[in-house]
Amino acid sequence: MAILRNDLVRLALFALVILTMPIWLAPIGAAYPDLMQKIAIYGIFAIGFNILFGMTGYLSFGHAAFLGVGSYAAVWSFKLLTMSVIPAVLFAVVVAGLFAAVIGFVSLRRSGIYFSILTLAFAQMSYNLAYSVLTPITNGETGLQLALGDPRILDRAFTDAGSGIPPPNLLGEELSGLSGFFFCAALLILCFYLAMRIDRSPFGMMLKAIKSNQTRMAYTGFNTRPYTLAAFIISGMYAGLAGGLLAATDPLAGAERMQWTASGEVVLMTILGGVGTLVGPVVGAGVIKYFENIFSAFHEAKLHEAFSFLPDGLENFFVTITAPFVGEGWHLTLGVVFMLIVIFLPGGLMEGVRKIRNAFTRKPASREETGRLAPAE
Amino acid sequence: MANAVLHVADVHKSFGGLRALSDIDLQVMEGTTHAIIGPNGAGKSTLLNVCIGRIAPDTGAVVFDGQVITGKQPHEINQMGVVRVFQTPEIFPDLSLLHNVMVPAFAKRDGSFRLNALQVTSRQTAIREEAEHWLEDVGLYKQRETLAASLSRGDKRRLELAMGLVQHPRLLLLDEPTAGMSRHDTNSTIDLLRKFKERGMTKVIIEHDMHVVFSLADRVTVLAQGRIIADGKPDEVRGNPVVQEAYLGGAH
Repeated sequence: MAILRNDLVRLALFALVILTMPIWLAPIGAAYPDLMQKIAIYGIFAIGFNILFGMTGYLSFGHAAFLGVGSYAAVWSFKLLTMSVIPAVLFAVVVAGLFAAVIGFVSLRRSGIYFSILTLAFAQMSYNLAYSVLTPITNGETGLQLALGDPRILDRAFTDAGSGIPPPNLLGEELSGLSGFFFCAALLILCFYLAMRIDRSPFGMMLKAIKSNQTRMAYTGFNTRPYTLAAFIISGMYAGLAGGLLAATDPLAGAERMQWTASGEVVLMTILGGVGTLVGPVVGAGVIKYFENIFSAFHEAKLHEAFSFLPDGLENFFVTITAPFVGEGWHLTLGVVFMLIVIFLPGGLMEGVRKIRNAFTRKPASREETGRLAPAE
Repeated sequence: MANAVLHVADVHKSFGGLRALSDIDLQVMEGTTHAIIGPNGAGKSTLLNVCIGRIAPDTGAVVFDGQVITGKQPHEINQMGVVRVFQTPEIFPDLSLLHNVMVPAFAKRDGSFRLNALQVTSRQTAIREEAEHWLEDVGLYKQRETLAASLSRGDKRRLELAMGLVQHPRLLLLDEPTAGMSRHDTNSTIDLLRKFKERGMTKVIIEHDMHVVFSLADRVTVLAQGRIIADGKPDEVRGNPVVQEAYLGGAH
């Protein structure tokens, strides 16, 4: 049962890097809990997405739907049962898994671009339903929020209703700030471990074989549908967990979490970090969330400050040409970075890391870990 | 009298106006090597495709081991013990040679689906050793850790042969197994296939290379324009004037 020694080392290193984030992110101004939580949560989302896209090659463009469903499920658990995050997170994973089973069952009847379009259509449908007819469940535009009058059956059974809305807790400990981050980080490490187990298992090997040559799999005696469906459901559950954690660290859920831009974001994260690698998606999630927070916070006054060492004319010139890339326009920066990566490092940032490492050790590129951008079929 | 393992019964297949197969009735006896020859476009590959469920015949049926397999899914037919080696090598280019052979070995052991996500592939010693054994037999053991995509065409064929043999098929369908191989590799493939004849594996082999046909086959069926024009022992078929006219004379 135990995993291989090399993988144990990898897991320990990964855990170490994640748990020490508050230390090593401090010099680049990113060591605040809110951002670190987001990195951990979106890391989970991206790892799960990679189990589908990276291993089987099926590119889903609707994974944000599962993120959103997870959030709603968690908030409902807070409202109806208890403010403890454990049932909320479990509930989020189960509901997202069931939702993924239904969407996957239909979408996986097609492959390639048709599969992508089907998942996109389902996600947009979910998004629009959340805004309109499902308002009783989703609270429409306002988003699902906690209220004083919520039943919270389990909590009420043990304690009286307080005067305010209690914060989410983990075994009685209030989950906020750094404790929130460590909770998310622990789950990220667990998720990484599970993804690694899948990657090293015969099941994972079959998924990669499906990506490599799906037709051959049928003539090899495999029914590929349950394999792809299982991968789809697993990755949907990862997304649900991420959605549940978003709600656990900030107990409200809105429909915009299901929008296609959110689905696209996880695709970007995975490709940016390295499709088919284990660590890549987490790196991609970290980079994107970091850029989002740092660049979007930049504004013109800060730019003037940054370029103040230049003569006035030049300063204004530089501020003018860089201004569109920061603040609201940070997506432009992301776009440029993304294009550069895809053109020069098709294997994502992990390929860059590998190239640098190989340049030092002068070993030929290790083929086992080479991530590849392959179309779904 | 040996049993017929495979019975292709009155199969017709047309593509648009083209009659690809008409009136095909063919029995393959247990433990024999049955060669199907014929000029290009005679319908040989279509016949194999009908046998493994890739193409549905217009009329007629294919019976394997007493069961009608027409209409079954390809993976179901494989699980019954019918394995095909393709004309253009169908392998898993992104996997190592070892994994290429381990995948079908898992299909044989675990069936068409199993959620074994918590097993560790590299600890599946029995499967790995079996795969290594077949890689050794086809002469690819040394390259077992390289990616299958990097192989030459001839080596890909041999890899695919190992992928088929690891499943211990009851019926092995080979579509030009030696095309693109050097004479030396062809001979070693013939030797390899002969070994299985001794072990009682039934084989259907499509081949252009008469050297291969006459060194392996117990029975030869000649197809031309979608019809069987001759069927019999290799020597009978070789001496048949109709066959020489339609095929041996024309092609060689």
